[in-house]
Amino acid sequence: MELELKGITKRFGSLVANDRIDLSVAPGQVHALLGENGAGKTTLMNVLYGLLQPDEGEILLDNKAVRFGSPKDAIAAGIGMVHQHFMLVPVFTVTENVTLGIEETRRLGLLDRRRARRDVRDLSRRYGLDVDPDALVEDLPVGIQQRVEIVKALVREASVLILDEPTAVLTPAETEDLFRIIKQLKDAGTSIVFISHKLKEVQAIADTITVLRRGAVVGERPPSATEDELASLMVGRNVQLRVTKEAAKPGDVVLDVSDLTVADQVGRVLVNGLSFQVRAGEILGMAGVQGNGQTELCEALMGLQPTAAGRVTLDGVDLTRATPAQRLRAGLAYVPEDRQEDGLIGSFSVADNMVLDQYNRPPFASGINLNLGAIAANAAERVQEFDVRTTSAQAPVSTLSGGNQQKVILARELAHEHKVLVASQPTRGLDVGSIEFVHRRIVEQRDKGVAVLIVSAELDEIYALADRIAVMYEGRITGFRPPTVPAEELGLLMAGGTDEAPGTPGSPGPEPSPSAPTAIPGAGQ
Amino acid sequence: MSDQVSSPGPAAAGKKEAEQGRTGAGLGRAFRDSIVEGHTVTILILVFFTAFVIGGLLNAFTNTAVLHAWGNFFSAPGHAIAAAWDTAVGAYVELFEGSIFNPHTVAALFQQASIATAIHDGYLSAVFAPLSETCVQATPLILAGLAVALPYQAGLFNIGAQSQLIGGMIVATYLGYGVSLPLVVHAVVCVIGGFVGGAALGGLVGELKARTGAHEVITTIMLNYIMLYFLTYLLSFGYLMQAPHATNPVSPAIVGNAHLPHLFGPSLRINVGFLIALACAAGMWWLLNRTTTGFEFRSIGKNPSAARVAGMNVERSWVLVMLIAGGLAGLSGAAVIQGTDFTLNFQSYGTYGLDAITVALLGFGRPLGVVLAGLLFGALRAGAPLMQAATGTPVSMVDVLEAVIVLLIAAPALIRAIYRLRATRGGGVGEVMSKGWNA
Repeated sequence: MELELKGITKRFGSLVANDRIDLSVAPGQVHALLGENGAGKTTLMNVLYGLLQPDEGEILLDNKAVRFGSPKDAIAAGIGMVHQHFMLVPVFTVTENVTLGIEETRRLGLLDRRRARRDVRDLSRRYGLDVDPDALVEDLPVGIQQRVEIVKALVREASVLILDEPTAVLTPAETEDLFRIIKQLKDAGTSIVFISHKLKEVQAIADTITVLRRGAVVGERPPSATEDELASLMVGRNVQLRVTKEAAKPGDVVLDVSDLTVADQVGRVLVNGLSFQVRAGEILGMAGVQGNGQTELCEALMGLQPTAAGRVTLDGVDLTRATPAQRLRAGLAYVPEDRQEDGLIGSFSVADNMVLDQYNRPPFASGINLNLGAIAANAAERVQEFDVRTTSAQAPVSTLSGGNQQKVILARELAHEHKVLVASQPTRGLDVGSIEFVHRRIVEQRDKGVAVLIVSAELDEIYALADRIAVMYEGRITGFRPPTVPAEELGLLMAGGTDEAPGTPGSPGPEPSPSAPTAIPGAGQ
Repeated sequence: MSDQVSSPGPAAAGKKEAEQGRTGAGLGRAFRDSIVEGHTVTILILVFFTAFVIGGLLNAFTNTAVLHAWGNFFSAPGHAIAAAWDTAVGAYVELFEGSIFNPHTVAALFQQASIATAIHDGYLSAVFAPLSETCVQATPLILAGLAVALPYQAGLFNIGAQSQLIGGMIVATYLGYGVSLPLVVHAVVCVIGGFVGGAALGGLVGELKARTGAHEVITTIMLNYIMLYFLTYLLSFGYLMQAPHATNPVSPAIVGNAHLPHLFGPSLRINVGFLIALACAAGMWWLLNRTTTGFEFRSIGKNPSAARVAGMNVERSWVLVMLIAGGLAGLSGAAVIQGTDFTLNFQSYGTYGLDAITVALLGFGRPLGVVLAGLLFGALRAGAPLMQAATGTPVSMVDVLEAVIVLLIAAPALIRAIYRLRATRGGGVGEVMSKGWNA
């Protein structure tokens, strides 16, 4: 089916979210929509999916104008959408989720489960989706849940499939799998609209790339376009995809973690005898596939998870049993992995979020009285310093884009006195421009002599920032490497390959010998 | 304009607004925010209008005289409609006269020879009696409503205002007859005792949640029963709190020194309790919006995990907020005993504990809202007896009105559907209630 959007305009009050957008998707084509957060990608797709009505313009399917009053109409016309946040019922099985709303019934209104299950299995087999029709959705990893969403669309006979930021929640391996599935769908004649802000992915999967900026189409490029070209188009100026930085000048050990062990409530060991040190003025990059204990490591460092064994010291001060507040006072700055859940209070203003962990200290408080003037002054200053794009410092922080939300967190954490910065997935879900900004700030911190620990599942990010790389696998560090290490070698370590020759793996830089040996002989498998 | 670096526009504008916003954020703005937000006013007016129409219809069509008139509809159609109208409107007129203002009392006042005799013979106070009664009825509702609203701001649902209120009543009553103190001191000690009695129970709930994770909804509901039976127990044995020689479960009367003084002389029941309620509402506003503790409460209420990451002690806040809330409910109990009832019986707690939840929700969980909701419900209750006496409309009519108001407030979509209003963009009325138990 051929899909064409002509002159789509959508306004929200004075904001023009989509400005006369033209887009045509040929059958069996992967058409990427590339743009920063807030460029209007999702709005456009919501128009296409019938969630929003365009103010101007029309949608053509096989050259026939159609109107979608609701997603129901869009689905009936063969359009399927996989939202960034899945629309699944966790306690239902895959089959139940897939058939939700279009249940086939037998006589007496009984559900025809057998047929539904067979449909799911057939689709799963045909496209290599590997989805068990009887599995409970809540038991499935995110990557598989996404496939359930795809099955949902396919069962409804979608011939145009919209994928909204599908890789945002996936591990690199799951992304690979998704790309394989997309290729199979494409070969079967399904058109795919692939929404993303990640250049590499778009280049890898798309047949045509349409770049949006500020609600308008700013160009269409083949996937052979260079990364720099796409990035400049997307951001509207030249961007540096990798920040330039001087060689690190590491000082004394500031953050010293030895034999750190963290277990969950049922006694599962998630961080297993981890030891590492971070020196003043260096960035240690903690690489690893997500779910190998990085989250728990960060939470333990911040005092949010109890430490089962081991020690954490900051500048020689033992923090092993300290509360989060004590750690903040001791000089730990923390950028949590989940911005919205752990970093911000969505309904609070930008100003309030900027003092979220400083609200009870001077100048923001005297006694138990809040000093609203100081909070406002601080916000005004930080908004400017960090170029936070917001209508007002009193606007709820949830109205900001992801990049600006992250700037709010950075502004807060870097404002208070700190010796260590722990940043977990600092640029997850951010657009190119914001990534550049965040990276530059982090390197700036290092150059000021702060000991920086970056935990990231993105190898690009690790390479861009780290002066030294550690790799985590199943709660352990499988090795330390210099940033010159080839990606293949890191990949092996990330998959659990252990360090045969511990010690210094030929580090050329001026960095100190990492404390690798302690990481390998753990306290038993 | 496409250049990210060289466009300080939004940032500068943000700064300006930030300064402006904070300095302008005085009491006036808080006042406006408390109730007037977006299309809230329209909805509220329509809610009350609808509730009174429904109440009026219900009243008219359950009144035997009106029903009889409808029976003769074909012979005298005008009579049936007039009877229905008179009944419905008549009840509301009496409700109004009993709670706000009665023109007959003013007429009587002006027939007096002089102001002095008017005051002396109680004609002046008769004019203000309905308002006084409204305030008296509103006092415990406001205090108990705050006891629900405050924890709500911290993400807790306090169903236990009743148990905390009983706790406050017990302590205030005991101190009221059991000790002997000078005039002002005695009343103050009893009020403080009421606060402590309620706070002990609230604090217990907070501790249980902080230490064991026990859900406050469960523990407060259970404590309601425990306190209810504990009260009956206390009043059932002569050697505990039962009045000497009494055969029914009732405590001795508190001594005169422990009474809350009347504000405008003995003929009007309005007393210092009402001022305490207003002061508590103002205090809660200050606590929530102007103190670090309130900042913690609100943070924890909106996003406990971010609050924890920011170094806040979530558990300690739970205990503290429940402690204060329990104290407020306890004050409510003390206000009833010391202001109007003077003795404690096994029904003194009335329905305040549950009405408190309604008042808090109707007041959107905010202090000023709670005061206004408390006054509204207080007025309905103050006017109800006159309405029943004058028109024969049962007092339960007021319960129906309250229920319909709450129902419609909780479902603004219903009002929008009835009056074909366009939905506002998020927020506004109903947000509080539709968020449910674990919001």
